[in-house]
Amino acid sequence: MNASDNRIVFENVSKFYGEVLGVNRVNLALDPGITSLVGPNGSGKTTLMNLMTGLIRPTRGKVTVLGMTSADPEHLFRAVGYCTQFDSFPRGVSGYEFIYWPLRLHGLDHTRADQLTKEAIHRVGMMSAAERKVAGYSKGMRQRIRLAQAISHHPTVVVLDEPLNGLDPMARAETIALFQALGQHGMHVIISSHILEEVDRISDRVVLMSNGYVVAEGQIHDVRREVKDHPMQILVRCSNPAKLASQVFALDHVVEAKINSDGQGLLVRTRDAEQFYLLLNRVAAQGVVDVEAVAPADDDVNSIYQYLIGSDGSNA
Amino acid sequence: MSLSANARAWITEQPWRTWSSQALTIARIDLRRGLLSRRAWWVYLLAFAPVALIAAHAVFDSSQRSAGYLEEDTKVLAGIFQIYYMRLGIFFACMGIFTWLFRGEVAEKSLHYQFLVPVRREVLVLGKFLAGAFTAFVLFETAVLSSFVLMYLRFGPLGSAFVFSGPGLRHLWLYLLTTALACIGYGSVFLALSLVFRNPVIPGLLVMAWETINPIMPAILQKLSVAFYLRNLCPVQLPAEGLMALFTVVATPVPAVIAVIGLFCVTIAIIIFACFRIRTFEITYSTD
Repeated sequence: MNASDNRIVFENVSKFYGEVLGVNRVNLALDPGITSLVGPNGSGKTTLMNLMTGLIRPTRGKVTVLGMTSADPEHLFRAVGYCTQFDSFPRGVSGYEFIYWPLRLHGLDHTRADQLTKEAIHRVGMMSAAERKVAGYSKGMRQRIRLAQAISHHPTVVVLDEPLNGLDPMARAETIALFQALGQHGMHVIISSHILEEVDRISDRVVLMSNGYVVAEGQIHDVRREVKDHPMQILVRCSNPAKLASQVFALDHVVEAKINSDGQGLLVRTRDAEQFYLLLNRVAAQGVVDVEAVAPADDDVNSIYQYLIGSDGSNA
Repeated sequence: MSLSANARAWITEQPWRTWSSQALTIARIDLRRGLLSRRAWWVYLLAFAPVALIAAHAVFDSSQRSAGYLEEDTKVLAGIFQIYYMRLGIFFACMGIFTWLFRGEVAEKSLHYQFLVPVRREVLVLGKFLAGAFTAFVLFETAVLSSFVLMYLRFGPLGSAFVFSGPGLRHLWLYLLTTALACIGYGSVFLALSLVFRNPVIPGLLVMAWETINPIMPAILQKLSVAFYLRNLCPVQLPAEGLMALFTVVATPVPAVIAVIGLFCVTIAIIIFACFRIRTFEITYSTD
C-alpha cells in the first residue's frame, strides 16, 4: 500500500479565480486524525476544502485524497463526506429526505438508506425535527442536519467548513465530542474554524493560512517551537518566584521574567525553552525553590495565530 | 487485441446497471422536488394557452360543423402546432425547464450536494435531462392531445370519421412524435447552454434567431437545427405565403425516418458535449 493511500496530499497546488489568488504553491500531506485549518477570512481555507472535494479544480498541481482524485467521484465520495459552509438546501426537502436521497445514490436500497439516515439524524440529536422541512429549521438545526448528511455514509474522510457556526454551547460540545470520536477511529477529520480555543482542544495538528499561503503546519507544539521571532512564554508555579527570577535573569536567552499578581508564579519569556527547562530542573533538584507546575503559556493556536498572522489577518 | 474487441470489452466492463439506476434516482429526486413550481406558471401558460383558445373556439363556433370548416380547422391546428408550439411554446418552455436543472440549483446554492455523491457527473447530466424531458413531455403531449381532441370534438360523427377512418390518427401520431422530439431536441440545447453560460437567456435568443433564419442557410448548415428535422415531420403543409414560408416550407425535404434519426443524432451529440462540459464545472456561487 502506497503511503499516500492513507493521506490527503496537495502537490504544489495553486488556485486562481481569474486574477484573484485562492491558494498558492500549497504542499501538504495530511495524516489521519483531526487537522484544523486556521486563518482569517479569505485566507484560502475553503478553497483548500473545495479543492480536496473536487468542487473546484486546481490551476496548477494535484490533489489526491487517499490515493484518489476528484476525477473518480464514484470511489472518492464513498470515502469522503463534506459539510460545506453554504447554508442552503435543495428546495422543499425535509431533514430526513436531505440525508436519505444522497444515500440512495450510493446504491443503497431503501431499508439500508433508511437505517443510515436515522442513525445520522440520531447522532446529531435531530430525531424530533427530521420530518419537518429544512426551510423551517433554525440556523443551528440546519448546521446539524448538514453535518449529519456529511457523516451518514460513514466516510473515512470528513471535511467540515466552519461546523460550529450557529451552534449553542451544548450542541457545540456534543459536536466536538463527535469530531473527537471520529478522529480516534483513524479517520481524517479536516475542520476549519475561527473558534481557536476549541481548535486547540481537539486538533492533532494545525494548518495556518494567510492570504492564500500556508504559513505553518504541523502539531501545535512543533509549530510553536519554530516561531523563533516570539520568545516562548512559560508559566512556573513555585514557592518563591522572586528567587527563581533572580536565577533566570542571569541567562542570556531569558528576555523577561514577571511575577504573577498572586505572588505564586513566575511568567518567563525565553528564546530557548530547552535551556530554560534544564535550568529549572537544576534549580528544583537543588531545592532552591519548590516547583509545583510548569506549563507553556502561549503554546496554543490562538497565540500562534497572533504571532504568525496577527489580529488584522495580515502576516505578522 | 483489435479495436472492436477492446471496445466490446470496455462496454461489458462498465457498470451500466448502476449508472442507469443512479440516473433514474436523480430524475426521481428532481421530479419529486417539483421541477415546475408555482413560480413556473408561465410554462403552464405556454403549454395550455392554445388549448384554452381552441376550447373557446369549440364552444363559440359549435354550429360550424361542415366538412369545409373541418378542413379549415385542420389547417388552423397545423398552424398552431408549427408556428406556436414548435417555434415558441416548446422552445421557451424548454428554455425555462432545462436551464433551471443546473442554473436553478446554482441560483439556490444547492448544486454542490449533487457533486458530492458517488455519481459520475455524466450520469448526473443524464438523470437531470430525463427529469426535464419527462416534465416537458407530460406538459406538451397533454396540451397537444387536448388541442387535437377539442378541435375535432365539435364535428361529431364527421370528426370521428376524419380521425378514425381518415388521416386524423396519423396526424395525431405525428404531432405527438414531433412534440416529443422537440422537447428532447430543444431540451438538450438548453441543458448544454446552461453548462456553458451563466445566463443562458441571451444564447437562447441567439438559438432562436438561428432556428428562424435556418431555412435560408446552405443545406449543410440547415441540418444543424432542431426545427429543420421537426418541419419534415409535420403532417399538414401550410400554404407558403410571404414571411410565413420561412416557418413552414421545407426547401430540401428529408424522409421522416431520416428526420427522426437526424434529430436523435443532433441531440445525442449535444448531450455528449454537455457530459464533457460538466466534468470541468466548478462550484463558485459567489461569482455566479
